[in-house]
Amino acid sequence: MGNHISLLLVIVPLIAAPLVAVLPRGRLPWATSFVVSIVCAVFAGMQLWSVLQGGVISYELGGWAPPWGIEYRIDAVNAFVALIVAVIAALTLPYALLSVEQEIPEEKIPTFYSALLLCLTGLLGITQTGDIFNVFVFLEISSLSSYALISLGRSRQAFTSSYQYLIMGTIGATFYLIGVGLLYSQTGTLNMQDMANILPTVLHLNTVITGFTFIMVGIALKLALFPLHLWLPNAYTYAPTVVTVFLAATATKVAVYVMLRILFTIFPQTFTIATPADELFIVAGMAGVIIASVYAIYQKNIKRLLAYSSVAQIGYMALGIGFASTTGLMAALIHLFNHALMKGALFMAIGAIIYRIDSCRLDQIHGLGRAMPWTFGAIIIGGLSLVGVPGTAGFISKWYLVTAALEQSAWIPVAVILIGSLLAVVYVGKLIEALYFKPVTDNGKVVTEAPLMLLVPTWGLALANLYFGLDTDLTVGVAEQAAAILGGMKP
Amino acid sequence: MEFIIGHYNYWVVIFLMMVGLYTVISRGNLVKKIIGLNIFQVSVFFLYISMGTVEGGAAPIIAEGVKVYSNPLPHVLILTAIVVGVATTALALALVVRIKETYGTIEEDEIHNLDHSL
Repeated sequence: MGNHISLLLVIVPLIAAPLVAVLPRGRLPWATSFVVSIVCAVFAGMQLWSVLQGGVISYELGGWAPPWGIEYRIDAVNAFVALIVAVIAALTLPYALLSVEQEIPEEKIPTFYSALLLCLTGLLGITQTGDIFNVFVFLEISSLSSYALISLGRSRQAFTSSYQYLIMGTIGATFYLIGVGLLYSQTGTLNMQDMANILPTVLHLNTVITGFTFIMVGIALKLALFPLHLWLPNAYTYAPTVVTVFLAATATKVAVYVMLRILFTIFPQTFTIATPADELFIVAGMAGVIIASVYAIYQKNIKRLLAYSSVAQIGYMALGIGFASTTGLMAALIHLFNHALMKGALFMAIGAIIYRIDSCRLDQIHGLGRAMPWTFGAIIIGGLSLVGVPGTAGFISKWYLVTAALEQSAWIPVAVILIGSLLAVVYVGKLIEALYFKPVTDNGKVVTEAPLMLLVPTWGLALANLYFGLDTDLTVGVAEQAAAILGGMKP
Repeated sequence: MEFIIGHYNYWVVIFLMMVGLYTVISRGNLVKKIIGLNIFQVSVFFLYISMGTVEGGAAPIIAEGVKVYSNPLPHVLILTAIVVGVATTALALALVVRIKETYGTIEEDEIHNLDHSL
């Protein structure tokens, strides 16, 4: 095995995807996908462990030496992100069984799991590869399969929101492609490490600066950075529950990772800081935190409420990137991990409610907290974590973010982070108010607690929110190493 | 003058790129949007392919007496990108078919009205 783990992490779900599509109906496609996701999570864990022990893994695909061949280059940064993606997948799949059986027509279930595995392949591939063109290919694998997954939602808006995402996603990916082409024309290489070595000699060229800009805009579209987030609320709202859980916890995180790589590994940090890129991230991040949080407060659909909250949370990560300091990058990476935990838990809990009452309108869930105490408990924990209450994972990321801002005496971002948390109190409060304090709407239906298959993964993530709020060895430790690799020039 | 003629391949690329992007943004017809997206993508293919050309270079096939070859790598990259583009178009068209089936129209504003008149 050894280093082959890095490749197997991509190959296993890739080979499993077409197999799952041709499996007979029933629970076999689910079981196969579940096993694959567990295998991936184990591989990702082993990979992170060996990176933390032994430094960088360099895997040459087909034995072709870099920079000519494609290299998978794994350090603490991508091993960490790969672990997040794989673990979320492994937690989503047990949850998927019942939810998918309810929401997806039976004849489409095998292809649904096939597309889910392809999406996993793409996301893991982006984290593994050390070749910037390869990133584009994996980006499109994950995007195309997520368009298909979103369109499987039950309402007809699923088609239009998937179409909207497809148009914006393809424009983003094509912008990335233009940028890669321009960089290639000046450096003659596609290998990230090799390009990082050559770029300093050509940085003054307009072509390089243009390429940098195209890549930034393209990836910003993919990570739904405000104001390029327009596709996200619709896509998250109308997608099947399982898809929302999976994408909310992984897809934008992987795009954040690509952004970090481009800004801090491929381009020298001095260049990134000399361009307006870091200031733009701070401005876009602040605007995203405030405006998206305000939007979230006014939503009447609970999935859409959480989707706008996701845009706001991406704003926090953008702030961390914009600070361009070691602490800032740590904050971005920690928040990347913690946000996957909290949004995963919240969307799963909301999914459990949808499973029972078949609606995600805020006025339909009145008083359900008392009928579904366990689901409600998970929503409370996830909500507190989203707000950033001490003792939850969300507090840790906000703490580092505020520290990073204070290091640079950036008072406005500090204020924005605090206001963002207060706005989060409002929208989480609305959710809890509707679930617990409003009287039950009497429509003759008796709602009972969600089935165990939905509750166990939800509580797994909810407890992880508490655990990583108290024991930060893993998150902060890994993020520290990762931030050191990415660098960060400002103190 | 030299600036315009010497870069004529880039002018073609920029023209196509803008035509494509403008079509995607301005047209309300979902199929026309896809056509615009395709033109936009094709412009990027041209960008790559014209970049790989080496002045006086032959096709990159080893032959006697040929010293200068064009760079084949951009062509190979674009083969991949073309495949991605075809897949995207196919998926987009499939979505348009489903939208037509459920909404009865493929005009963006009419779909918008249908969704908000509920």
